[in-house]
Amino acid sequence: MTDFFEMGGYAGYVWSSYGLTTIALLVLLMVSLRGLKKSRRDLAHLETLLKSRRPRRKKAPVRQP
Amino acid sequence: MHRFAKPSVFLRLASAVMPWAVGITVLTLAVGLYLALVASPADYQQGDTVRIMYIHVPAAWMGLFCYVGMAICGAMSLIWKHPLADIAARATAPIGATFTALCLITGSLWGEPMWGTWWVWDARLTSMLILLFLYLGYMALVNAFDDPERGSKAGSALALVGVINVPIVKFSVDWWNTLHQPASVARMGGPSIDPSMLWPLFLIAIGFTGYYVIVLILRIRLELNERRIRALQLSGIGEDAPGSVQPVYNPEQAGAGE
Repeated sequence: MTDFFEMGGYAGYVWSSYGLTTIALLVLLMVSLRGLKKSRRDLAHLETLLKSRRPRRKKAPVRQP
Repeated sequence: MHRFAKPSVFLRLASAVMPWAVGITVLTLAVGLYLALVASPADYQQGDTVRIMYIHVPAAWMGLFCYVGMAICGAMSLIWKHPLADIAARATAPIGATFTALCLITGSLWGEPMWGTWWVWDARLTSMLILLFLYLGYMALVNAFDDPERGSKAGSALALVGVINVPIVKFSVDWWNTLHQPASVARMGGPSIDPSMLWPLFLIAIGFTGYYVIVLILRIRLELNERRIRALQLSGIGEDAPGSVQPVYNPEQAGAGE
C-alpha cells in the first residue's frame, strides 16, 4: 500500500498531476452547474414579471423585424 | 420565439443523453483510474511517472478535439447563422481550455523528473501553449463586444484561423526535432505501447469525452437561459437598464419601477 502512495519515489509528480486534474475538472463542473442554477432563478424571476405585465403588452405590441 | 424552436429540440435530446453521459463518464473514469494507478505496470525506463501519461495524453487529445469542435461550430455559426452553433462553440471553449491547461501542467510535472526541466520551447510544447492562448483569445473576444453577434463573428473567425495550429500540434513531433517523444498511439503501423497501458489510456479518454458532453450540455443550457434573460431585459422586463444581467430580486422593488 505504501508502494502505491510512494509511486516509486515520484509521488509528488504523479499525485499532483492526478490531484490538479481532479480539482480543475470538478471546479469547471461546479462553476457550470452554479451558473446554470443562477440563470434558472433569474429567468424564472423575469418570467413572472413578464406574466404580470402581459395585459399592458397587448395594447402596445412589440414590433418584431 | 422561432429562434428557440431548434434549441427546444436540443434540450429534449440533451436530457435523454445526460444520464448516459454521466453513467459512462463515472464508469470509465473509475475503471480507467484503477487501471492507470494500480493495475498497469510501471515503465521500465520512466518508472511510475509513466502514470502521468494516462491523464496527460487524454487531456491533450481533448484539447485538440474540443478545438476542432469549437471551430466547426464557429464555421456553422458564420455560414448558417445558427444560434445553437454559436452557443455550442462558446460552451466548448472553457472545457477545451481546461483540458489544454491540464495537458501543459501534467506535461510539466512529467518533464521535470524525466527531462530534467519543467519547460522547453520545443515545437510540441510551444504549439500546445499557442492552443491554450487561442482558447483564451476566443473567450476574451466573444465577450468583448456589447453586441453578442459581433462577438461571435470575431470569435468564430479567430477559431477558424487557429485551426491551422491543430495539425501543427499533431505533427510537430515529426516535423521538428523535439524533446517531446513522437506519437505512440495514433501512428502508422498501430500503437507501439503495450495493451496494459493502452486500456487505461482509452478508458480515461472516453471518460474525459463523457465529461465534455456533460459540461457542454450544462453550459449550452446556461447560455440559452442567459440569452433569454438578455432578450427579456432588452424588451424592458425587469426595469433594469438593458444589458445588465442582474435582475432585481425584491418583488416590491421590481414592482416600484413600473
